[in-house]
Amino acid sequence: MSIDLQTVKKIASLSRISVTDAEAEAMVPELNNILGWVEQLGEVDVTGVQPMTAVIPNHQRLRDDVVTDGNVRDKVLANAPQAEHGFFAVPKVIE
Amino acid sequence: MTELTDLTVAEIRDGFRAGDFSAREVAEGFNANVAAAKALNAFIVETPEKALEAADAADRAKAAGEALGALAGVPIGMKDLFCTQGVQTTAASHMLEGFVPTYESTVSGKLWAAGAGMLGKLNLDQFAMGSSNETSYYGNVISPWRRNDGGNAALAPGGSSGGSSSAISARLCPAATGTDTGGSIRQPAAFTGISGIKPTYGRCSRWGIVAFASSLDQAGPMARTVRDNAILLEVMSGFDPKDSTSLDLPVPQWEANLSSDLKGKTVGIPKEYRPDGLNAEISAMWDRGIEWLKDAGANVVEVSLPHTKYALPTYYIIAPAEASSNLARYDGVRYGQRDLPDGAGLQDMYAATRAAGFGPEVKRRIMIGTYVLSAGFYDAYYTQAQKVRALIARDFELAFEKCDLLLTPTAPSASFALGEKQADPLAMYLNDVFTVPASLAGLPAMAVPGGLDAAGLPIGLQIIGKALDEQTVLNASLAIEERAGFSARPDKWW
Repeated sequence: MSIDLQTVKKIASLSRISVTDAEAEAMVPELNNILGWVEQLGEVDVTGVQPMTAVIPNHQRLRDDVVTDGNVRDKVLANAPQAEHGFFAVPKVIE
Repeated sequence: MTELTDLTVAEIRDGFRAGDFSAREVAEGFNANVAAAKALNAFIVETPEKALEAADAADRAKAAGEALGALAGVPIGMKDLFCTQGVQTTAASHMLEGFVPTYESTVSGKLWAAGAGMLGKLNLDQFAMGSSNETSYYGNVISPWRRNDGGNAALAPGGSSGGSSSAISARLCPAATGTDTGGSIRQPAAFTGISGIKPTYGRCSRWGIVAFASSLDQAGPMARTVRDNAILLEVMSGFDPKDSTSLDLPVPQWEANLSSDLKGKTVGIPKEYRPDGLNAEISAMWDRGIEWLKDAGANVVEVSLPHTKYALPTYYIIAPAEASSNLARYDGVRYGQRDLPDGAGLQDMYAATRAAGFGPEVKRRIMIGTYVLSAGFYDAYYTQAQKVRALIARDFELAFEKCDLLLTPTAPSASFALGEKQADPLAMYLNDVFTVPASLAGLPAMAVPGGLDAAGLPIGLQIIGKALDEQTVLNASLAIEERAGFSARPDKWW
């Protein structure tokens, strides 16, 4: 299946990446090329095959439910583009 | 006298312990080489003071008769994908420009604890996405190698660990860290005539490594010799409760158990790795490799990995899907760049920040990943890819019923000129055709140099082993290293 300009804009929006019309148009053939190429996977017979979820058998570990981290607020905020009063600051969301 | 910067990790370690030279002399030598090699653009940040600090600590410990770490006196390069406390970590992106971690990645922390010193943060493809180191926001890394045709074409050091490969082959550092998602340690090693190993998935903690595709990402060492790789890998490996996929297993003594005697071992040669049109010199090198392993005592059998041709398309669904999820964290709120147009709301800020902070290849992969995970397409693309991935892993399992390791080429060609493949993403992706299958199956795999092609550029071989059997991978690589006698190095022009 091939994707059109509208689809590229929709993917960009879902990806939270703003694109100009010119950028979106340039991406249409690029993404179609790549998607057209990966579509060959459709020809593989996968009857009865379980999707792989872990490459090396490993089990999920449990640990005691105790505090192992924390009290590092200033470190967490140290790289924030904007931090105020001990919080991350963002543009106003609710008027 | 041999230049200290020509020594291997093992020679530096042993010479320092024997008192042949001080750690400071070694660090000063490499610092000088780094400072004089700006033309290669291998480093994003240089940290000569860190290298000296570790060297002085090693010298003091030695003078005081204290126990020395496994890497005391050895300075190394750190791929700029590993978070380093107090030192900018960018993943070669604009997005993380100015990001100074307040914590240390597990793997880099283990290296420093073993006494290694940091020469600097090495350039790479942006977010480790690329095979030629042309997607870095901080400029292309240049390979120290040039073709012997008298031309001065700037060649690719491979990618994504291109800063690491360039720096090691140019003697700016004796070893470096790399990370490998689909070949990012092995292909650059092959392009620059050095060695590098991607261990079994889960051997090295991913904690503190900027994430690309979490089910594939693995750290590993890069160096000039197999022994050096064994030394570094022992330090880098080990269980880490902070990584849920970390393997809770003891770390073998890979260096002590190195042996190039392959008697009793069977080497599989996967027939699907020799497609029509395979580069004749790569094919000839492969044949030489087969003879070398026979000479080391191994039996050689042909094996089949029937789903090989589907490995790359599988990878280019799974890796972008995981990347689109992992890179969702770059939102301009918690770290990194923020782009806030006048009057923009929160959603506009996200989109503007990500448009400005990501390069074209990163955007391309995020969007491919978003598409294949989107409602209505998830099963056709992502679930199908996960099923084919299971078949690819099963191919390896069946092959390993007949053999102990596999020998293949590492890359389909020697290094190419910068710019040569940049216009066509698909042509670039094909560079990873021989490295991606082992990544999808989580298997240990190593690149080792075999010789030079007619243009005077290194070409290499790849050993793929059973899960957790890094020892056999290292041993077979050592057998090749001893027989190839690869000693070529690039003429200094930088």
